[in-house]
Formats: sequence, C-alpha cells, structure tokens
Amino acid sequence: SHKHKLDFRKSKDLCLSYIQDAMLQKQWKRAAEFLTFYIESLEKDFSTEYMGPSEMIWRMGTEILCHCSQSNMKEFNSFIEQMKTLGVKRYLKVCLEHAFHLLCNGRTDEAYQSLSLAESWRFGEQTTAQDKELKLIQAYRGLLDYYNWSKQKQVLLEYEKDGFEDLSVEQEMHNSFRKAAVSLKEIIQIPGVWDLFVQCYVDLLEFYGDHEEARQVLSEYAYNSKFPANPNAHVYLYQFLKRHGEPKKSLISVLKILHDIVPCHELMIDFHAMLQKSKKRKKRRLGLEVIFAALDYAGWKENVKAWNCLARQVKQIIISEKHLEWIKQEWNSRKDWWPAFHFSRYLAKRNWQENESLAYEKALVAGILLGKDCKYFKYVSHQGCKDQKKKKFRTLKKFVNKHSSVYLKISG
Amino acid sequence: EDYHERCVQCSEVNWGLTDGGRFYCRTCHNVTERTREVVNSAITLNTRIQTISKGLRKQEKSDEGWEWYVCEGFQFVLRKQAEALEALGVCPQMKDEILCNFWRRYLQKSQQAYCNRPAGESIKVLSGCESSTDMDSEPERPSLLHLLSLSESDGDPLTDCSFGSSTGKVSESTSACSGSVDGSLHFMKNQKDKLRMSMPMTLSFCYMALVWLRESMTLSDLLRFVVEGHIPYLNVFQCFPEKMKLYGLDLKIFCVESWPVYEEVYDKMLHLAAFLELPRFPDITDSCFLHPDMLCMKYLMEANLPDELHNWTCRVVKKIHIGEADFLTFVPGNKSTRKVKYDVLAAAVIVVVLKLLFLLDDNYEWLLSDFAEERNKNNKEDGPYFEFKKWYKVIKKSLDAEQKKMDEEKAKCLWRCEKPLFYSAKKKSKVLKRRQIVVNLQHQFGKLSGSWQPAEKPNPSSFQLNWSEDNTDGSCFHGHSLKGILQEKCGLLTVMNPDYWLCTVKLCTEKFCGHLAHYRDLDFPASYHFVLSLFSFLLRIQPSYIHEEVCAIEHKLFNKKLYKKPKYKAGQRK
Repeated sequence: SHKHKLDFRKSKDLCLSYIQDAMLQKQWKRAAEFLTFYIESLEKDFSTEYMGPSEMIWRMGTEILCHCSQSNMKEFNSFIEQMKTLGVKRYLKVCLEHAFHLLCNGRTDEAYQSLSLAESWRFGEQTTAQDKELKLIQAYRGLLDYYNWSKQKQVLLEYEKDGFEDLSVEQEMHNSFRKAAVSLKEIIQIPGVWDLFVQCYVDLLEFYGDHEEARQVLSEYAYNSKFPANPNAHVYLYQFLKRHGEPKKSLISVLKILHDIVPCHELMIDFHAMLQKSKKRKKRRLGLEVIFAALDYAGWKENVKAWNCLARQVKQIIISEKHLEWIKQEWNSRKDWWPAFHFSRYLAKRNWQENESLAYEKALVAGILLGKDCKYFKYVSHQGCKDQKKKKFRTLKKFVNKHSSVYLKISG
Repeated sequence: EDYHERCVQCSEVNWGLTDGGRFYCRTCHNVTERTREVVNSAITLNTRIQTISKGLRKQEKSDEGWEWYVCEGFQFVLRKQAEALEALGVCPQMKDEILCNFWRRYLQKSQQAYCNRPAGESIKVLSGCESSTDMDSEPERPSLLHLLSLSESDGDPLTDCSFGSSTGKVSESTSACSGSVDGSLHFMKNQKDKLRMSMPMTLSFCYMALVWLRESMTLSDLLRFVVEGHIPYLNVFQCFPEKMKLYGLDLKIFCVESWPVYEEVYDKMLHLAAFLELPRFPDITDSCFLHPDMLCMKYLMEANLPDELHNWTCRVVKKIHIGEADFLTFVPGNKSTRKVKYDVLAAAVIVVVLKLLFLLDDNYEWLLSDFAEERNKNNKEDGPYFEFKKWYKVIKKSLDAEQKKMDEEKAKCLWRCEKPLFYSAKKKSKVLKRRQIVVNLQHQFGKLSGSWQPAEKPNPSSFQLNWSEDNTDGSCFHGHSLKGILQEKCGLLTVMNPDYWLCTVKLCTEKFCGHLAHYRDLDFPASYHFVLSLFSFLLRIQPSYIHEEVCAIEHKLFNKKLYKKPKYKAGQRK
C-alpha cells in the first residue's frame, strides 16, 4: 500500500481541520460536535507527535467551553480535572492556566485553592522537569496572598475609622504578608519581567517600613543586566525615589536611562522640567535633546504640553542669545522631515480647528525654526490675529518677526 | 507420550505407537492418522482437526479464557460477514455452503486444519453433507464439495468445527503476547507462500463467494457496505465470545485502522482463487447482474443519464466482445487473460459512450448542448432532448453536496468501540481508565453540540443517487431523448461527431508498472475528468482505475485502426 498514514489517522486529521475551521468561524456548537468525534484519538498512541491529542483536546476544549453559552464553571472545572489526569508532563501547566481562567472569572478563592494544591504536587522526576511552572504557581499564589493582605488592610482601616480594633484580622493580615513576601521575593530573583510582582512586593515593604529592601529590589530589577531590558523597571524606581524625596540628581540619572531606552516615554515631560530647572548647562542641553526626541514620535504630535516645553526653551535660548548652536545641532537631523511631519499646511488647518493652544505653541516653534514665511506660522498667525481678543497671537507675530533671521542661522 | 487427546471411539486416553509410527488406542485398538511428531523448534506448529462433539468445550488456559487460534477468529469474522450478507438479501447458500467450503479449503491448503501432517499424506475425501444439500440450482456449477475433504460435523458448519491443541510446544512467551495461541506466529515470514489471512482477505473471501453465486453485488458495493457499517469489519472482534480474549498481537491482526482498498481486496481474491485451485467459476451470462449490459443500465440510472444511452453501451459491449461468457467468467490461475472488474468495466463503457457521443474535449459537448437546446425550443411532440449542460449542472450540484457529506462523515468516523484493546495485561487498567475519560468527554461535548450520536447508519441501498421522474423541476434525465444530438443517416440515428480522441495511444505493460495507463487530471479535458469523478464517487475508487479501463476498451474498439496503418482520425489529446 502506498498510504503512509492509516485511515484512522487520516480521518482524525480531517476531523481536526473541521474543528479548527469551526473555531476560526466562531461556530462553537459545530466545533464541539467535531471535537466529540476527535476525542477517541486519546486511545491511540501518538507519542511521536510534537503536540499530541491530549494537548489538542485540552486547548480546544478550553476555548469551546469558554465560548459555548450553555457551559458553566462547574462543567469547566470537571473538564480541567480530567485534563490534569491525561498528561502528567503537563500537569502544572494545566493547573496554572486553570487558575488564570478562574481569576478571569472573578473566582479568586477557587484560584487560590487550586494554586495551593498544585504547589504541593510532587511526582518524582516530573517535579524537577516542571520546575518553571512550579515557581510560577508559587508566585501567583503569593500574588493572591498579597491581594488578601490588601483586602484585610482595607478592612482594618475601616475599623480604625470607626474606632474599632480587630486582632484576628490583623493577625491574618500579617500572615498574608509573610506568605506573600516570601513567594514574591522568590520569583523576582529569577531574571524575567515581573512588573506586577515587583510592585506588589515593594508595596508590602513600604507599608512595613523596609525602605532599604524596597530600594534594593527596585535597583536590582532596573539595573541587573541579567534581567531583560524593561522600561517599567526604571519607572518604578523613579516613582519610588520621588516618593521618598530623593535628590534631583538620582532622579535625573534614573530618567536618563529611561530616555535612552524609550525616548517617547510620557515621563519625558517631567524629565525635561527637571533638567530645565538645573543650573548646569549640560543638563539644560540634555533637556533640549530630550524634548526634541520625544516630539519625533507620532504619539506626541498633538501633545500641547510637550510643544509648550519646546517652545519655552527655544524662546528662552533665543532671548538669551546664548547657545543657539544647541538648536542648530538638534535641528540638523530634523530639518528634512519635521516640516512635513509637523508643519504642513494641512496640519496647520487641522490643529487650528481642533486645538488652538496646540497651534499656538507649534506656530512659535515653526516660526523660529522655519522663518515667518513658513506655511504653518503664516496660517496660524493669520487666523489668530483675526480675532481681536486673542492678543497673544499678535505678540507671537511680533516675536517671530523680531527674530526672523534666526532660522537662517539655524538651518545654515 | 505427550499426546493426551481422547480417543474418538472409546474416549480413553491410552495411546501407543505402531511400527509405522502412528498412534493407536490401546483400549480399543483404534488407529489414528496421527504420527509422532518431531518437534524442530517451538515454531513448527501443526494443528490438526479433531472433531469434537458439540458438548465438549475447549480447555481453559487459565481463568482468563480459552485457547483459541487465529484462524478461529477469522472463522467468526467470516460467519458474521456471511450473516450480514444474508441480511442484505444474498442467498443463504452463501453462508452455509459456498463461503464455508472456500474457508475449509483454505484451511486445508494452508495446513492449519482439515489435513494430516504435511508428510505427504493424501487428502481423504470423506462423506460430507453433499447428499443433503440441494443441487437443483444451475447444473453447470461443479460440485465443490466433491473436491474438499470435510469433517463429520453437521449443523452450522462455520461454528461447529473446532481446532484441537497441538503437540507442538508453544512457548510460554509467544502465547503471552497475544490472546490467541498462535498470534505471534501469524507474522512469521514462512507464512507468506501460504497466503496469510488478514482482515481485508475476509472480504476477498466474501467477494469470491458472491461472484461464484453471481449475486447482485459488485465489489464496490460490498466495500461500500463495509464502510457504511452493514457488513462487520471494523471492530468485528466485538462479536467474539466473551472467553475468547483478544490482546497483544491479536490487535494487529484483527483491529483495522484503514478501510479496505478495492485493488487490494481484488488482487487478494485472485491469489486466493489460484491458491485454492478453484475451477472455472459459473458463467456470467447476459442475464446476470454482473454482466456489463445490466451494470450499465444500473449506472446509467444512477448517473441520471438517458435510458437511450443503454442502446449505445450494448453496442460497444457487443462490438468488442466483452459481453461474452468466456471473457467475463472468472477462471482462477489463468495468468494469460486479464481479469475483469465488473463494476469498473461497466463504468468505463459508459465513459467511452459519452466520449463517442459528446467527445468531451471541453468544447464540443457544450456546442452540442446549445444545439440541442435550440432544437428543444421547437420540440413540441417528443419528450425533451437531452442537454449536456443541464445535466452537468444538476450532477455537479449533487456531486458536490454528496462529496461534502461524505467528507464530513469520514471526519466523524469512530474507530474505537466499547470493547477495550490492550497490548498487555499490564496496560489494561490504564486503557480502561482512558476509555472512561474518553466516554466522559464525549458526553460532555456531545451535550454542548446538541446531540451526541454517532452518524446514523444509512439504510443499505444499492443506489447512492436517486433521481425520480416525478420531480417537476426537470432534474431527472432518464426519459430524455438523444435525438437532439444525433443525426439521421440512411434511416439510422448516428452521432454527429466524426472525431474521437484516445486517452492514450499506447498501453503500458501491466507486468512492469502494474497498470495499463496512468492518469493525471491536468492532462485531460475537464469534462472527461468530471465524468470520471462522477463514477469515481459512485464506485468509491480512484479515477485512474476507471481511466485505465477506458484505455483498454478504446484500444479494443479502435484496434483495427490503431494497429493497421497509421491512418486514423483519432488523435491523442494532451
């Protein structure tokens, strides 16, 4: 026979394709129907397959049960219990995903129980083989401990307001804290992205006054090169330092790294503000670089605050008649594309229609960088000056006219 | 001695050895045919038929069940299949005589039973049931029974005979990996020349019996009934008696995971008939169902083609002499003649006729159809003229719908059954647990989808497509006339089309590549492919098989033109 595959196998593959088609078209009943016929694949050994029938059935069954309106949590749970028995190599993964599912459905207590149970699972060699999943399970259980702690803390605060005290709740709270702290500390030691865990852990530490440990944790998370580059790590560290009144110097050094990784981060405005206030020339130079870099990104195009920052600094530089070369340096790499990107006639019209403050700030920048004859400035200032009440546009016009030769020096 | 069977005459176990090396009963001096065996190795296993009266049952191997041999299993299967065929309308002789005699002969030839040891003992012709059977059917049918040696059992032949244990030692380990005693031996190489029994071969037996009896069931019908579940094949071991335990290597023998393939069953039948040294089968005459004239009529109806085409198929059949008994009748072992596949042949004849009338070159048939349509407009008196275009639309729609249904049914095919299968006793609990999970999950998702029922078995029918003249939508073409596409010449209606294209100019040598011709749908016109695919669907075989037959017919039809001088109108199509 030329057939490589037996008809059993062929018909199961065909059945699988029907299930997949139905799922892609969100025909859940039809998918369930064909899944029913696929299920007997479990009785055939496909051990050479990359993904065998039991895993397929777990994944597809989960999707179908989630979407089929008739199914309920009880059925889902019983399904998962059977899936757990099917593949010992996948046991913890199934447990973990089941817990996620329960959490998504608001069943935090059940999720907690499920995770605790899974945590205590031992199965010879498999325990070490599934070490990663076990750690994740512990971590999430720890997270739920934090969640409990948080709830208990709220309760206590409420009591305090009313003048009550409750030792048992307090005791529970401390217990939750201990359990959470241990697990959370564990997981964040492993290189990875643990934003949520880190934040929760830091919250715990701060509450109990262990600021040193918190700072240590956040620094590790941000600066340990073994960990993947994560902008959020720097943000958390910055926020922490700010909360604790750290000197500007440390704040700036943290944000500098953030600027290097994510020039378009929303904190760049704060960063710019800090840099501008600095007495050091280098810092102010950096500030200009930061604000220009942020405005390179499409997401910032209509950010009035950012344009305001840039406009102010540009204005200040021009009035002081010092450091014009800073602007030149920054403008050099942008003069080819910023005009079309920010200062087209179309944008002038649109900005004017939608947001006059935005148009104002941009017009100032455009007028300086491109001269008073540029499309943007001309349009906006013309529109703005039409209205007698809007004095600032006349001021703007005067200012730009006064410094109209600057743009030549800049673009030179 | 290690021979412990009871004496047939006196039921004692008291054996001695004659000078000639045969066992004799010391109590009643009954001499048996049994001689002392030389046990070469654990592998030589000679089972010997012993008639045991109905009362005595097999020895228990253990609590687990009986000792049973693989051929006993196949015997059950054959019996079940014969019963099913009887339920489908096949005459009872099939089961009680033909099939069981074929089977016995097979056992004899393969020396699993009904014979003495292969030490050159001649086969004894014992008196059998032949005197009690009715021989009033076709007198030309030779009596098979005279050629076989039978046991003395009466009653239901297929259940009653049993197989004794042997003196050859089957080592513990070989029987432990299968429920049957000789499961592991079944796959030994030296069995090849003895035509090893297999599940597909049970169908070869059935088909052989059907042909012998000239029943109205073609091989494609038979195989279709198997897939539809009317004939036991898949999970047939469920019907084995409880005590006949099946596990390990037995699964490889009796559990199928593929549907039987036409070619395979057919070829095995040819080998089997030769192996059994059967004589010429009863003649296939023009009153038989298997005759091309009959089958063509059936297929024309099923393909929704005009009845008038039957005249043309008969003409082709007559012209190339494929309606003659000598051509059609099966003669086992005769290697010189090409064996006839009745269903494929009939389908191919129809295809050739369609080519003759419509050319099927993706051009002419449509022009002709338009022509017929025109004539139909003015046609008031006669019945409607056949229009290829209309027919094509109707058939295409039906074919697509049926194919889609068939594909979905294939996807919904359930291969496992309630009876658990396991390779070893150790795995039994795991298998049972898994089965339980499967059943639970099936119920759970079955409820979600609305109803949990495996696809219902369609009622057995020899027609897959039905067209009724009562339909007012004009979708039945049986009564349509071919006048619309024929022309009158000398008072006779002939084709308008003077051309014909051959599927292939030269036939392959079957000996080398196994086929007369090869088919690639891209090389041929779409209409031709469509017609092939229609019959491919009806017969459940690959289009290439029909194509091959078409080539063979064309070569017979245009023989003179092909092999005389190279002056012919027909040209090969690319």
